[in-house]
Amino acid sequence: MDLRLAIQLGIIGLTFFMLINASALLVLAERKIMGFMQQRFGPYLVGPHGVLQPLADILKLLFKEELRPKGADKWLFTLAPILSVTAAFAAFATVPWGAETTFFGLLDQPVKLGVADVNVGLLVVFAVTSMGVYGIVLAGWASNSKYSLFGGLRASAQMISYELSYATALAAVIMLAGSLSLREVVDSQAGAWFGLLPRWYIFLQPLGFIIYVIAGVAETNRAPFDFPEAEQELVAGYNTEYSSVRFALFPQSEYINMATMSAVATDLYLGGWHGPFLPVEYGWIWFLVKVGIILFGYIWMRWTVPRYRYDQLMQFGWKWLFPASVINLIVTAAVVLYLNA
Amino acid sequence: MPETLVFYTFSAVAIGASALVIGQRNPMYSVLLLIASFGALSGLYIQLDAPFVAVAQIIIYAGAIMVLFLFVVMLLNAPREDAAEWDRSHPLRHPNVGRFGALLATLLVVQLAWALAKVSELESPVASRADAATVGSVLEMGRVLFTRHTFAFEATSVLILVAMVGAVVLARREGDR
Repeated sequence: MDLRLAIQLGIIGLTFFMLINASALLVLAERKIMGFMQQRFGPYLVGPHGVLQPLADILKLLFKEELRPKGADKWLFTLAPILSVTAAFAAFATVPWGAETTFFGLLDQPVKLGVADVNVGLLVVFAVTSMGVYGIVLAGWASNSKYSLFGGLRASAQMISYELSYATALAAVIMLAGSLSLREVVDSQAGAWFGLLPRWYIFLQPLGFIIYVIAGVAETNRAPFDFPEAEQELVAGYNTEYSSVRFALFPQSEYINMATMSAVATDLYLGGWHGPFLPVEYGWIWFLVKVGIILFGYIWMRWTVPRYRYDQLMQFGWKWLFPASVINLIVTAAVVLYLNA
Repeated sequence: MPETLVFYTFSAVAIGASALVIGQRNPMYSVLLLIASFGALSGLYIQLDAPFVAVAQIIIYAGAIMVLFLFVVMLLNAPREDAAEWDRSHPLRHPNVGRFGALLATLLVVQLAWALAKVSELESPVASRADAATVGSVLEMGRVLFTRHTFAFEATSVLILVAMVGAVVLARREGDR
């Protein structure tokens, strides 16, 4: 086999491995951080300090009985979790997570870290993420249960509403970078202004970053926007009727979506793998650190901010977030046009 | 050889899914099969070296419009459409409607036959032509869309507006004002 093909396959395998483990690590991190914020230990018994807890959870879920409600749609009920986890994995396909590297000198030619380098990479991420809504909606509909149906309906309404602001915030960054390729967007953020402030787009697009993060939280159905699974009203929302592996795929796709959202935020606003002290070849360390910080913020937000009311969510999305993102886009477009003219 | 295989796979999925959209009676499945058909089409666009069109196809049709379709089908909660339950006096049951449909179908077959007969006369595949870059590059595509094809672009938006107004007029019942 061709060596370059083998290396590329290796990188794809590595990315897949990291994503799978990211979901396990995030479950653990979530429970540990939640425990810390509620002044208790969190999982502590499985392994040293409870670090093997995700493994125990997964094993338990694997050996549970798979149930399907009698009135459920046989095909769609099975298809829904598969769809949502496939979309979650596929969305990461065009997200680069490191500059060219030789893996500590192991390879004679440097390789790019990331599955695929497509010139419309950002749009691919956006397109595949928007496919994820089908998994949740179908799960809600196919279960033939009122709680699931309401969860699914809420999810689709919420995702349609926030996708708009999300995409508009992204468009402003695309204008600044002048490229749809995520790798080129990251590379346009290399260096620093006045040798001090890094040329990250978060400093040019503070409003855009805030809009992106809020819309991203709503897109991944996380607290304070976790209406599709609001326990107090909907039992567990769209996944009420699911059990065993089919159930496990839903939280897994949620955690992978969180990782993708944070990775894209890092690439677009936080300079990707560019950072001080480290040569750019080891930039993936910076990348992982930045993604970790954003993910910590995600979890922090979940355990400190209470859930909105549903009408408040819609009002906020359409009356505040969307106009703000449009204003951000228009101002950015005007400034870019003025500076280029 | 792999390219041909991929092409035939995508084509088979697109045609098969489209046929099933009208071939089976569960509207929920119809929506999903239509999405599958759009996905297969976008795969064909990638093979034509037009990644932007492929991604736009997914974002606009599969990601936005079909979500609305799904939403409506779910809210109507129509598990199946059953011809036997139809109102006999429904205007669509009139025999002339069937005749008109048959005429349109014949016309479509004739057009298809004509187009397929012309295929061999095409001088070269798209990718080898001089303006092939316009299909692939977003920049070129935007430039062409907003200069050479401005009129068609704007006319399309007016057309969509007309369709929207038409839908509102049709959906509003008499005496609703």
